[in-house]
Amino acid sequence: MTAIAGQGGGRQGSAETLAPLLSIRGLTVRYGPITALDGLSLDVGAGQVISIVGPNGAGKSSLLAAIAGTVKPAGGQVTFKGQPTIGQPLEQTVRRGIALVPEGRHVLASLTVLENLRLGATIRRDTAEAAREIEGFFKTFPILGERRNKSAGRLSGGEQQMLVIARALLSKPTLLMLDEPSLGLAPKITDQIYAMLASIREAGVSILVVEQNAARALRVADRTYVLNGGIIRMSGTEAELSGNPDFEAAYFGLAPRGGAQ
Amino acid sequence: MIDPAQILIDAVSVGGLYALTALGIGLIFSVMRLANFAHAELVTVAAYMLFAFSGSPVAVAILVAIAAAVLLALATERIAFRPLRGADSATLLISSFAVSMFLQKLLVFLVGSRPKALDPLPALSRTVSIGSLQVSALKLVTIVVCLTLLAALTAFLKWTRFGLQMRASAENFTMSRLLGVRANAVIAIAFGLSGLLAAVVAVLFAAQSGFVQPRFGVQIVIIAFVATVIGGLGNLFGAAVGGFFVGVVTILLQAFLPAELRPFREAFLFVIVIAILLFRPQGLFPARNLKERV
Repeated sequence: MTAIAGQGGGRQGSAETLAPLLSIRGLTVRYGPITALDGLSLDVGAGQVISIVGPNGAGKSSLLAAIAGTVKPAGGQVTFKGQPTIGQPLEQTVRRGIALVPEGRHVLASLTVLENLRLGATIRRDTAEAAREIEGFFKTFPILGERRNKSAGRLSGGEQQMLVIARALLSKPTLLMLDEPSLGLAPKITDQIYAMLASIREAGVSILVVEQNAARALRVADRTYVLNGGIIRMSGTEAELSGNPDFEAAYFGLAPRGGAQ
Repeated sequence: MIDPAQILIDAVSVGGLYALTALGIGLIFSVMRLANFAHAELVTVAAYMLFAFSGSPVAVAILVAIAAAVLLALATERIAFRPLRGADSATLLISSFAVSMFLQKLLVFLVGSRPKALDPLPALSRTVSIGSLQVSALKLVTIVVCLTLLAALTAFLKWTRFGLQMRASAENFTMSRLLGVRANAVIAIAFGLSGLLAAVVAVLFAAQSGFVQPRFGVQIVIIAFVATVIGGLGNLFGAAVGGFFVGVVTILLQAFLPAELRPFREAFLFVIVIAILLFRPQGLFPARNLKERV
């Protein structure tokens, strides 16, 4: 059956309705003797927002890195739009439709704001349309429009985060992955970032967001997974998890392995 | 009495060659963290091509030299350096030594180690008078070509799609690849450009020196390496400035050292280099994110 689906390249649409957009099975990541992810499995459906919460060192960044391809997993499978992704060249990630906003923002500080955005559209051939989108972004965020020809390294943390999200969106991703988008930002700026995520979702982009800020992560997501010690301890909707004493216990690594689901 | 204008012309023409060589090395270093000693053999092979085609029209010989240096640069990348991508800088450096030595010995084997006389730009072996000044046409052309290439390279890096990708890769290769920049394309373009720069340097340097031998490129590349280190490894602007700086210092030493010390002018140059690096170990213009690799 998979062979038939593989041959009929044009029939991917039907496969997508059957299978989740992103499917992770038994994903294990090791750094030398340290196991960062231990046989993790989860799905992201088309149009869904999934959040991952957990303390520092829980394995959150390793998960995104393994999906994006910057880290080579020791075991397990990652399937995106029905295709295995592990072992593919890094520049294929964005061409497949996965955009990563890494922790620490990573604006290209020596490039201007405008150049950062242009680079976000690297894989597109419709340059004129991309340029219109960039202008539209400058209208929404006039501060960045004013500084379009300034070095991106001189922006404030919040402005850099906006820029990096906009840069990721310019590749027209199907799945946007964000690593701690609120890290080190004032609450007001964090509000803006999460408002931005809500409108990105309305545009039909699936989102996988990793957060230490559990309250935020719960509110924004259809489903939240609690990750600790490389293992998913618990998962559920905001209604199921917020105020649930097990949630806090799971966050701090107190729940038994494979606990309440 | 030494004419300051004469010194300036000498300094810029020598500095320009160092700057172009330093840029060829800097381009590769900035995207790959490879200090490519085999750049010397790109220059040498281009010069031998000029010698081999010295019977042909000048334009043909120059085009053949450029094509040979670009192809050799691409071949060394594909065969020797691509398998080592992401390897430690020291590993890359040593492998570039190996490539350099291999090509040098291959040239000794193929053409012998004795110098061959050549005059790739015979039309320029005359002087031009500017006001009261008698200037070698070759030096003037060297200056014009160096400045034109510097401007063209700057425009390429600043205004073109691949230039943008190259600057992005130089700062953070992993992030650039995540945005869709193709590592193989960017690195191949960097090697191609370094081959082009090496060939131009070979033409101008061979016209000045008048002969080529298997260590022809090494003399200039060693100095250019010093220039890139002074300028700040991984910073192209720094490489160009470093090149001109070394050229100016060399000419000033040549002009103002007492005659009996002139044979040791390189020793004085390196004393100055060491003094600079003592105060600015990262060079005059340190690059960002030097640790980031492919």
